[in-house]
Order: sequence, then C-alpha cells, then structure tokens
Amino acid sequence: MTEIWQGLVAAFWLVVTLDKDLVEITLRSLQVTITAVLIACALGMPMGAWLAIQRFRYRRTVIAILNALMGLPPVVVGLIVYLFLSRAGPFGALNLLFSPTAMIIAQVIIVTPLVASISHQAVRDLWADYHDLLISLNATKRQRMATLLIDGRRALLTAALAGFGRAVGEVGAIIIVGGNIDHVTRVLTTAIALETSKGNFALALGLGFVLIGLAIAVNICIHALSRTEREGTW
Amino acid sequence: MKKLVTALVAFVVFAQAAIADPLVLRLAVTTSFHNSGLSDILLPRALEDLDLDVQLLVVGTGQAIRLGEAGDVDAILVHSRAAEEAFVANGFGSHRREIMYNDFVLVGPSDDPAGVTGSDGIAAALTRIADTRAVFVSRGDDSGTHRREQSLWNQADIDTEAADPAWYRAAGAGMGATLNTASGMNGYVLTDRASWLNFANTANLAIVFQGDPALFNQYAYLPVNPVRHPHVKADLAITLEGWLASPGIQALIGSYEINGQKLFVPNATTDGMAKQG
Amino acid sequence: MVTDILPLIVRDAKVRMRGKTIVGPIDLDLSGTGVTVVMGPNGAGKTTLLRMLHGLARLSSGTIDWAIPVQQAQTRQGFVFQTPIVLRRSVRDNIAYPLVLHGVARKEARARADHWGTRVGLADMLMRPARVLSGGEKQKLALARALIRDPSVLFLDEPTASLDGRSMREIETILLTAAHEGTRIVMATHNMGQAKRLAQEVIFLYRGLVHERNHAAAFFAGPAKPEAAAFIKGDIVE
Repeated sequence: MTEIWQGLVAAFWLVVTLDKDLVEITLRSLQVTITAVLIACALGMPMGAWLAIQRFRYRRTVIAILNALMGLPPVVVGLIVYLFLSRAGPFGALNLLFSPTAMIIAQVIIVTPLVASISHQAVRDLWADYHDLLISLNATKRQRMATLLIDGRRALLTAALAGFGRAVGEVGAIIIVGGNIDHVTRVLTTAIALETSKGNFALALGLGFVLIGLAIAVNICIHALSRTEREGTW
Repeated sequence: MKKLVTALVAFVVFAQAAIADPLVLRLAVTTSFHNSGLSDILLPRALEDLDLDVQLLVVGTGQAIRLGEAGDVDAILVHSRAAEEAFVANGFGSHRREIMYNDFVLVGPSDDPAGVTGSDGIAAALTRIADTRAVFVSRGDDSGTHRREQSLWNQADIDTEAADPAWYRAAGAGMGATLNTASGMNGYVLTDRASWLNFANTANLAIVFQGDPALFNQYAYLPVNPVRHPHVKADLAITLEGWLASPGIQALIGSYEINGQKLFVPNATTDGMAKQG
Repeated sequence: MVTDILPLIVRDAKVRMRGKTIVGPIDLDLSGTGVTVVMGPNGAGKTTLLRMLHGLARLSSGTIDWAIPVQQAQTRQGFVFQTPIVLRRSVRDNIAYPLVLHGVARKEARARADHWGTRVGLADMLMRPARVLSGGEKQKLALARALIRDPSVLFLDEPTASLDGRSMREIETILLTAAHEGTRIVMATHNMGQAKRLAQEVIFLYRGLVHERNHAAAFFAGPAKPEAAAFIKGDIVE
C-alpha cells in the first residue's frame, strides 16, 4: 500500500521537474492516440451514420457484429497486426513494424468499432427525430448524413472521447506491434508495463497517475475548447 | 468546433518527429538482460563508438526467438543454449557467439525453513524444497530463466508439472513481478543475480544458495541469418558482435557492478571465427 | 409565384399499415388557389392523408400525380408538422436550411432567412439556438422554414393545436398572407373557429374516406352528411 503513496510522490516529481523521458513518452502517447482517434472518427462516424439511415437486408446483423467488435481483446488485435506487418507476413516489405505507425494502425482497429457503435446509436436517435423533416425537404442521403453528424456533435464528441479513453490506456496491442523500443515506440502504457515487469511498482504507479492526469487534462481541455456547457448550444 | 479540430491536426502534424538515423540495428534481448541495467551503459557507448543506434526490443526469450525467426529483428541476445542451438540448426541464425555470463541464485526466506543453505549442489537444494513442500515461486513464462529452472528440476528428478500448487506456484510473470510474488508469499525463487541486486522489495528474503556451476547463465549473441532473411542488416549485426567481443567492451562488461557487486563475467573468444553452435 | 405543380390528381389512393387501411381509397383533385381545410374527428386519418399527398407516407395502391414529375414537385411543396421539428442550430440557420440544401450560398441563404424570420415575428431570436424557443415560436420557425422556398403547395398538420391564442392569431395571419400571395394551402385542423376563419373549401374526412367536400360557406351552413353535421355541432363522432 505504501507503493500508492510512493507512486503519487514519484508522479509529482516527474511532472514538476519535467523529466525528459516522461515528456518524451507522454508526447508520443498523445501523438499515437490522438492520430488513431482522429482516423477512427473519420472512419467510424460516417459508418455509424450510414448504418442508422440506410435500410438493408442484413442491417441488424451488421449492427450486432459492430457492437460485438467493441469487445475485441487488444492483445489479439496486436498479434494479428503483428503477423500482417511482420517480415514473414504479407505486408512485411512496408517495414512498418516496431514504429509508431504500426501502433496507430492497431489502435485504429481497436477504436473504430467503439466510435462507430456509439455514433450509430446517437445518429439513430437523432434520425428518429429529424426523419420526417429531412425527407420533406428532399435532402439527399449524403446531406442527411452530414446534417445528422453535425447536429449530433455532442454525442459524437462523447464517442470520440470514449475512443480516446480506450486508446490512451491500451497496452496489449501496441506493446506487440511497437516493441516498446526506448526513444522510438515507448509510450506511457508500455513504460508502465515494463516497470511493472521489473518490479518497480512505485515508478509504474507514478507513470500510471501521470496517465490518469493526462486523460483528465485532455478531457477538460476538449470540453473547454468546445464550450459544451454553454447554455443551449449543445 | 473548427478551432478544436485545427488544434488537434496541428498537434499531430508537428509532433511527427522524423527519426532518420542512418545506422539502426534492431536487437531483441531478454528481460533479465535488460533488468541488469547493462544496456543503459552499452547502448550510448555503441552510438559513440560505432555511430550505431541499437534499438532494443525487451521481450521474453521465446518471443525474442520468434522475432528472429520472422526476421523482424537483426540479431538476438538470449540465454537459453538449447533454444539457441536449434535456432542456428534450423537456419534462422547464422551462428552463435558467447559474450558473457552471469549466474542464477536461489533466494528464499532468511530463516530458510527448507534447510537449503549448505546443500552440496543446486539439485540437492531443490530436492530439499520439494521434500519439505516449501513455497516455491516459478516464472512460469517459458523465459530463459524459466527454462533454466525447469532443467534444474529435471536434473534433480522432480516433476514440477505434477507438483501441488500448494507449494509450487507458477507466476506467469516477469522477473520483477515474480520476485514481488515470492516476497509476498515468503517463498523460494530462482532469479538472476542482477535482478536480485536491483530488486528493492526484499522484505524477508535473502540469497540462500549460490555458486553451483549449473547455475551459470551464458548469454549469447545470434545474428539473424541473411540467407534466410536477405533484408536484415547482417553487416551491422556482425559489427556489433565484434564490438561486444572486443577487449575494451569485454572489460567494460566485466567491470559493471550493482551496489558494489560485479555481475557479469565476459567470456567472448576474440579469435574472430564464427563459433558454430 | 406560379402554382405550376397543380393540378394534383389522386386516384384510388390507399395507405395501409399493419394490414389495416388507414386512409383510402381516395379520389381527389386539387387545383386553383386559396385554403383547403381538412377536418374530421381524431383518428379519421387527417395526418396520414396529408403525409400521403406530400409523399411522406407510402402509397399501398392507387396513384398520385402532380402536373410535373413527382421528384420535382416535391421541391415545390412545404410541410409543417403538428409538433415542430427544429434542428440543433440557431433559428436563422434552421430557416436557411432548406435553401442551403438546395445549393444556395450560405450568406444569401442567411439573409433570406433573416427576412423570413422577421416576417414571422422572430426578429430578435434569430441568433438564439432554436431548441430554447417556446412552442409557438418553434411553429413560427417551422412556418418560415416551409415558406422560404416559396412553395406552390403548403401542407400543415394541425399547426396551432397546442398554441396559445396570440400565437395562433399570428400564424393564421401569416397563412392568409401566403395564400393571398398565391400559395395553395392544405391544412388539417379540428378547431372549428380556425376552419371558419381560414377555409375557402372544406374536406371532411371520416374513417379514412373523403366524406364530404364543399365550399366553406356551404359546408358550414348545411353539411350534407350526418357525421359532418354532428362534428360541427361538437358531438363525439366515432
């Protein structure tokens, strides 16, 4: 239990002294995660919106599969991506393994179903509301999707933040495809894993508290920048 | 909203630092080697001496070998002779070069309930633990350390597969975490000396047996076979190998210590000839 | 503004849902100018009839023909729902929305939205988020939004059903002005007074069928069918 206190102290000192390694892995964590989330949103939100408004035969099955994919174990995703990117695998020649790009790829695969699923639900609710109006105004399918995505921005922001939360704390996939190489692919979560395996629980906890603080800071920042609490806008 | 997206995109773009080091070598090493802290000394020195950026992937022995087989790394540094010889024999590694060795020690409760201290060999020590059913914590993760532990039990004719989990506990974890488990359970554990010296949470544990040659832990460097994987940086791998075996670096390895205790015995032969398995 | 999509010719049109015929078969011709009020007891199918004519409810059988192809005809119509649907944006952007959908530049669309917003009495609300408006204000927004495209035909489904007297009067004024300017108005209501104030023509709908159709004065003076008479009197008509 003393390690929790030691962890808090370690976190405090690391942050206050702007420890060089800490800054480096924190920035890399943010870079990988934010890139992955942006790509996942670009893929998942239109996907979710499209599923909400397009009627087709196997729609219910597709939605069920999409929801199930939210529970993809990250380690399994990591292994599969590794096998694809490995030199012995089909995309080995791209030389992407053990790079931040490989980590981003793995995280996009993990986060997109989550974003798509939440977006789908949000758009579906809004579509039920807007349905008659948009049809009456002869909006094309693309226009409907655009309107739903824009007007549903509050719930979509939640989807993006959920995706961010999932990605920033993820370690199983990125440690396999990234290799946790110092100064190349080491991020907060993989550093925590390494310190834990070495038995340095206090330092691991310290890094963990920094990670939690980072996630909180990002969320507050996003909410401030987008002024979600301003009356009526959302 | 536009402001937000612009900020995010700007951040992502500007944060893309290009690491364009012309000489990069990927080396998979075992966690126990990394735990010793020796790599923190060697890597900057390699950069200085050879202008070579050695990227370490710190993984278990099994995974290191798997990465070498796939050609995802240029060389591996592990401590599991049988697996290494198979690696070369199957054409994945070009050869095997011994670099240095350290040793394993048997750690346990300082009051030594199994009466291990003073045994005339590691086999005898382990037999005493099995006979008294004293708590023993194993790595259980197919790592180099774990495989060594298994072979020692085998030599003592003790079957740990069938052992009662009441005393034989497979942690399935890295060395540090396993030591923590042993500390918490006040049990016996086999560990490499470096990890033990670096371990902070010793509680009631102490070294109870050491010195048997069967506990020596040989580290070997194996370049990945360029015939099998033409893309690997074979020449860089050989350069690093030569550097590790060079008198200056061997002396550096020999002088490395933790808390005043020396850890490694350098034993690379400098005849320059590739040492076949 | 030309009522170029009329005449509307409806033949044998039926809407069925879950095996039941909600509305139909309907034979109807719509042309000319002015206000047609669709009346009838609750459950008669007024909403479904309007949605059917506008194209929101799928025809189970029969035909609905405008003077021009239905795709184009739809862009010349407007619809005001009983419960106003407002987008999560400002009042001005709500009103401008149909123009933007059709490729009008945002700046011009907003200018025209400001004009219409002022016409319906929402001048000092234009920049406010539409969701915070009261019921009456939202319905005026919906009306402005429906009228901004200068429709040939405007359908309204009980637009003032839950509004206070003042809002009702303001909306009726706007409707009369629009009718005067040439928009053909088809409106469902069960407010007798409103019908008398606005209608040139009345369609009495009963159990999904057009029971009676007549000029307003004639209808209110002496409806032909007993159900219509009972309805006007205020009796419950099942």
